[in-house]
Amino acid sequence: MIVQEICPVVRVRQAGDNVHVIAFTSAAIARSAKAGQFLNVRVEGGTDPLLRRPFSVYRTDGELVELIFNVIGKGTALLRGKRPGDTIDILGPLGVPFSLTAGDFTTAILVGGGLGVAPLPIATATLRDVGVPVATFLGARGAGQIVDAYLENLSVATDDGTRGFHGNVVELLRTTLTRHPYTNPKVFACGPTAMLKALGAFAIQNDIPCEVSLEGPMACGIGICQGCPVEMTGGEKKFSLMCKDGPTFDVRTIRL
Amino acid sequence: MARTSFTLAGLELKNRVLVASGTYGYGDDCLDLADVSKLGGIITKSLSLKPRDGNPPPRIVETASGMLNSIGLANIGVRRFVHEKLPFLRSIDTAVIVNIAASTVDEYCQVLEILESEEGVDGYEINVSCPNVKEGGLNFGTSCPMVSEITRRLRSLTRKPLIMKLTPNVTHISEFARAAQEAGADAVSVMNTLIGMAIDIRTRKPMLATTTGGLSGPAVKPVALAKVYEASRAVSIPVIGIGGIMNANDAIEFLIAGASAVQVGTANFIDPAAGIRIAEGISRFCDEQKITDAGSLVGSLVSRSNVSVVDSWL
Repeated sequence: MIVQEICPVVRVRQAGDNVHVIAFTSAAIARSAKAGQFLNVRVEGGTDPLLRRPFSVYRTDGELVELIFNVIGKGTALLRGKRPGDTIDILGPLGVPFSLTAGDFTTAILVGGGLGVAPLPIATATLRDVGVPVATFLGARGAGQIVDAYLENLSVATDDGTRGFHGNVVELLRTTLTRHPYTNPKVFACGPTAMLKALGAFAIQNDIPCEVSLEGPMACGIGICQGCPVEMTGGEKKFSLMCKDGPTFDVRTIRL
Repeated sequence: MARTSFTLAGLELKNRVLVASGTYGYGDDCLDLADVSKLGGIITKSLSLKPRDGNPPPRIVETASGMLNSIGLANIGVRRFVHEKLPFLRSIDTAVIVNIAASTVDEYCQVLEILESEEGVDGYEINVSCPNVKEGGLNFGTSCPMVSEITRRLRSLTRKPLIMKLTPNVTHISEFARAAQEAGADAVSVMNTLIGMAIDIRTRKPMLATTTGGLSGPAVKPVALAKVYEASRAVSIPVIGIGGIMNANDAIEFLIAGASAVQVGTANFIDPAAGIRIAEGISRFCDEQKITDAGSLVGSLVSRSNVSVVDSWL
């Protein structure tokens, strides 16, 4: 069930260079949000910013819900400025989560680029509950943008070499899997489009099932504005909607 | 409690607030979030004879207090609508007005004829004003003879309420409202989106795949009010006001300017229950002001002087 709630902010903490985590309480969302789902957030009641902004659910703990963000514009600056007791207007949880519990793989390879780490803590917890081993690969520009909390069996890649593998996370994954292939793995990934494109090509080439979580411009988050088309590779329809049919997709079904 | 209902060409609406075409899907996406039966009516996403994929991304971009869209009339086509969406719409207790888009006059007629034989369609709104498609859309909406012809042809096919949705991208919208009235329309919806544009200065690319799109939201409200004022002074049929309505006060302004009813659009993207909230707000305002019928607000503008630039156009 999708809910719309005015939620009290508990805190905003810094988790890296220009990486912030806002925590608020919502029993309904904390109870039901799954890895890969998102919330559409209205930061303030005015008309600029006008629309909600989608954020992947980063973590839940009891009634607490956390979102992770970079300050990139007016809305995210306002979000960072929230104080305990302030409120934010939340619509969610929205979208189709990662299919983590289908039981069709023996190792989950979680891949996050930059803020693409967002769905991974909940994915890690879900996989732990179902007893599936996890290997996590995080990539970012530098060490300051790596947010490594709540993850398991972590390998890191940075563009500038300040932490872990010097290079991008897809190269790191390729190198690692060449040395130590997993039996029956499945990749779950979130990150910039360029990363997902490279990762998708790698996964398809090596015949590894791969789900990606996309990010892009969105207005309503529930399918009524038709504003977030994702081009499909085949089938009856040319476009799916990122908000309602995604944001998670089998990488083979979409054109990135 | 003030009377809120309104009769549009024989169709009883429980209040004067409808949700605008293209901003509420086919009414079945918001059920967790809004009791849609409390709306005066639902106007569906534009339906064409064949399904349409719509435009490539990016289709939307936010601008100052508004948004640009270029959806390109993505829709499931009238036949799938009849099978997959109409049964639900029939089951809810609110007026269902189907919006029709087409690239030829004959196509408008074909879509309407398919719907005419179906139970549960209470009226039609005709999109002659989509700024985001190559054929049809604005080509029709910016030509008075075309608006006349489309209205006349469709009028001959139905006795249900026929509403022509007009574009503001013309010099005098009043001429189009008059053309629709003379050809037999029961009402006009004023207004569709304004053509607009936004550019990414780093890449120098337009923010929308189609370069230009339609501007909506609070940014357009003053323009829409003036268009409603202009159109309503030119015709005797009801004008349905649309453009940046976010709250009851906005809606009441439209009623005072001359709208008999309003449509809520962009606000649905932020709050799918916006239309219901606005209908309740109008009702509350009437009670506070001791107004017994919301209809008495319609066209009740008190003039400041005898001078209006709009009057000189009419």
